[in-house]
Amino acid sequence: MGGQVLLIEDEPNIIEAIRFILSRDGWQVHTHSNGTDAAQIVRDRAPDVVILDVMLPGRSGYDILRELREDPAHSELPVLMLTARGQSKDREMAERAGASRFMTKPFSNAEVLDAVRALSAQ
Amino acid sequence: MSTLNLLASISIAYVALLFAVAFFAERAAQSGRVRWLRAPIVYTLSLSIYCTAWTFYGAVGSAARNGFEYLTIYLGPSLVMLGWWWILRKLVRIGRNQRITSIADLISSRYGKSNLLGIGVTILAVIGTTPYIALQLQSVTLSVEVFSDTAPIEDPGSSLTALWVAAGLAIFTVIFGTRNLDANERHHGVVMAIAVEAVVKLTALVALGVFVVWGLSGGVVETLARIDASELGTWQVNNGRWAGVMLLSAAAFLCLPRMFQVLVVENDNDAQLRMAAWAFPLYLMAMSLFVVPIAVTGLDLLPEGSNPDLFVLTLPLSQGKEGLALLAFLGGFSSATSMVIVAAIALSTMVSNHIVMPVWLRLREGTASVSGDVRNVVLLSRRLSIAGVLLLGYLYYALSGGRTELAAIGLIAFTGVAQVLPALMGGIFWRGATRVGALAGLTAGFSIWLYTLYLPSFGPGTVLPASWFSTGPLDITLLRPEALFGVSFDDKLLHAVFWSLLLNTLAFVAGSLFSAASPLERLQGAQFVSARAAGAGARSWLQSTAESEDLMVMTQRILGPNEAQALFLREAQAQGVQGELPAPTPEFLQVLERELAGSVGAATAHAMVGQITGGAMVSVEDLMAVADETAQMMEYSARLEAQSLELSRTAAQLRRANDKLTRLSVQKDAFLSQISHELRTPMSSIRAFSEILRDTQGLTRADQNRYASIIHDEAMRLTRLLDDLLDLSVLENGQVNLNLTEGRLEDILDRAVSAALADEAGSGIRVIRRRVGEQVRLTTDVERLSQVFINLISNARKYCDAEAPELQIMVTDARGQLLVDFIDNGSGVAPEAQDVIFEKFARVSDQKAGGAGLGLAISRQIVTRLGGEISYLADRGGAAFRVILPMRQEIAAQ
Repeated sequence: MGGQVLLIEDEPNIIEAIRFILSRDGWQVHTHSNGTDAAQIVRDRAPDVVILDVMLPGRSGYDILRELREDPAHSELPVLMLTARGQSKDREMAERAGASRFMTKPFSNAEVLDAVRALSAQ
Repeated sequence: MSTLNLLASISIAYVALLFAVAFFAERAAQSGRVRWLRAPIVYTLSLSIYCTAWTFYGAVGSAARNGFEYLTIYLGPSLVMLGWWWILRKLVRIGRNQRITSIADLISSRYGKSNLLGIGVTILAVIGTTPYIALQLQSVTLSVEVFSDTAPIEDPGSSLTALWVAAGLAIFTVIFGTRNLDANERHHGVVMAIAVEAVVKLTALVALGVFVVWGLSGGVVETLARIDASELGTWQVNNGRWAGVMLLSAAAFLCLPRMFQVLVVENDNDAQLRMAAWAFPLYLMAMSLFVVPIAVTGLDLLPEGSNPDLFVLTLPLSQGKEGLALLAFLGGFSSATSMVIVAAIALSTMVSNHIVMPVWLRLREGTASVSGDVRNVVLLSRRLSIAGVLLLGYLYYALSGGRTELAAIGLIAFTGVAQVLPALMGGIFWRGATRVGALAGLTAGFSIWLYTLYLPSFGPGTVLPASWFSTGPLDITLLRPEALFGVSFDDKLLHAVFWSLLLNTLAFVAGSLFSAASPLERLQGAQFVSARAAGAGARSWLQSTAESEDLMVMTQRILGPNEAQALFLREAQAQGVQGELPAPTPEFLQVLERELAGSVGAATAHAMVGQITGGAMVSVEDLMAVADETAQMMEYSARLEAQSLELSRTAAQLRRANDKLTRLSVQKDAFLSQISHELRTPMSSIRAFSEILRDTQGLTRADQNRYASIIHDEAMRLTRLLDDLLDLSVLENGQVNLNLTEGRLEDILDRAVSAALADEAGSGIRVIRRRVGEQVRLTTDVERLSQVFINLISNARKYCDAEAPELQIMVTDARGQLLVDFIDNGSGVAPEAQDVIFEKFARVSDQKAGGAGLGLAISRQIVTRLGGEISYLADRGGAAFRVILPMRQEIAAQ
């Protein structure tokens, strides 16, 4: 496949797990752990798919996504949102912010891989 | 002449008896035995001075001439007593509160202590009362003549009887009316003598009535038949005149100076009034019961042309009942003398307070505190006034006596004093009444009364030219004295009553509406109108430079040394001053002024205190501040304010409760959300790596180990988190059991330091301690306290960002409390985060520390349970926490 994935997540073990899963499938994985400048990193890297955690130091994933969606260049960018909060209102907030897919931790590795593949194929 | 001698000796004996009664009553009052003197029955009987010689003799005369009309004179006061009881009560309370000395004083005091009004009412009262006194003298003289064999004396001026009576009454009044000066001490002697006289005149009239009905007529039935047969039986009621005279007598009952004296000034308590309300109308009824039988029998039995005013005497005399006639004479004598005595006291108080004293003060301006004895001046002026009033009455009698029938003079006097009514009623019920209005009303009413009733009563051509009555002054027919504005009543009296009271009231209302009240007036007005209980007096002396000594000197002169010293001592004690004169505070001056007012009247007292206080009359600004907002308005707005305060307090409470609930709900959501996050994060790693281990072929041994240990670490992290949550839950619910043992602080710290740094393998933070301070023994839960210390030390280890991290642990003993400070050399907690670090999940930095953010929350719970507290110390260089522990362990109840 050879697409580029940007993983924005602050928990080191989760970063390592996702990087492992996607790398083995041929994806090029970049990671970033801070919310504050995450939107700028997305613009700089121009990844094929973004995996975005909600609870980030500095800035919430929702805010980052909203900023991205306001920019026409990224209005269609595939974004997979991960959250450790499983309530239905969290899903609604993700949809309103413009998430392409929404996934609750703990996730299944296979599902993450499927989601990334599906999103990049769009 | 033997009859006359007998009469003279009986009169003298009777007067001697009255002297004795008055004397012993005064003695009793002085020795403090005042209970029976203040008995409501005595008060009620003293009101009977309403029944003068006019009613005693004149009622029979009036009945013989005008039928039942005499009843109106009794009905008016009875209506006041029964129906207007609350007006009387208000008047009496105002009188007590304001230490009112007379009706002139009341009017003057109400309208801003205006002496002009005081003088006006006094003059009105003197002019209105003088004929009345003359009437009493005349009645005594006439009654004496009845007993003499000689023909009636044509020229009253040559009769010495009236002069002797006047002189005797003057002496009695001077002796018992001016014994003391303070109105509050009251004239117990006089009142008691009057009460005795009231019994005498009632007994006399009832005895005569019984004699007439059962002795002469032969029973009730025969008497009624005789009444039916007489002219009285066919006599018709003239509605207008009845209403007019009833109104007049009701007004007079309130306004007559002598009635005001016994009703208000001599009143001691409300109980007296309560009894008088029913007992006095009964007395009046008893007095009027036999009037018609006596009149009818007199008309029947006595020769044509006999003076019906004297039936009371001539009837028993004609039947040879000399003893009964003598009793009747004593009754008439009592009626006359009691009225004259009280009227003289009332008038002399008014004349002295409103005319003599102001003039005297004016003459000696600025010297009130140094010149002669004011007390003597006041007494002298009163005594001279009494003599003057009686002399005036005698002169009036001597100049005009024998001219008019008795009842007519009485009604003329009634109409005169009734002119005070609008100002009086307006003064106590209408805040808007002003001095200008009162002056205008009194002037209008008084002038019309003079012009239409009083002056014409001397007969056409004596004072007013005869031509005025037929064609009007200067031929202006509209101004004819007995048909003003062309309106002619059938009745001269009704005409005068109508016009004088109507124009009086109109002028009073208009004057009040179109003039502004002075501040003092508004203040007095508010007090009078809203006088229910003992209200505050006029706050007049706001800033003063009065010298207490001068005030003392002056007060001694007026009240006498003993009373003055007692008063000043009382006030000094009230002010908390020992052995000195009281400071001339506004409150003291006010009390003083009121005390003095009891002796010399409000206006004079105000003026006298004013002289000593350096003429510091009321400052307008001060008064405006006090008076502008009237008492009632302030009370009303205070009530409103209290209500709205109550409402807004309740609203604020509800708002706070609601805020708290909302906050709690938000906190609960946030907490659940946090727990979810904290649990799911390690579980994500565990799941992800266990799937990798399960699904991935060809993992190196090293990778397998690495991923397995991640799973292990994250599982441990979950366990710790659950432990912490349980711990916190137990602590927060207060279910924790403290295991209290004694331990040395040094040992506890040793253990905590080694536990916190155990897995650090030598590297990391350096802990600096001063062991000298740690030699303290504590009774505490050693395990729990260690837990707190471990948390603080490992926090420092985790978060201290200095190059060479250091943690200082310092122990201080501060007044029974032990302070344990943990201070590192890092950058500390950001100021905005300092107040949340003790909250649950308040992890300040990012994830590297790996804690769940419950450590400080748990520590705070523990320290609180141990009876201490934990806090963050700002501005100590690095992160600084202080644990405060009680030295004597007094653990809070579980």
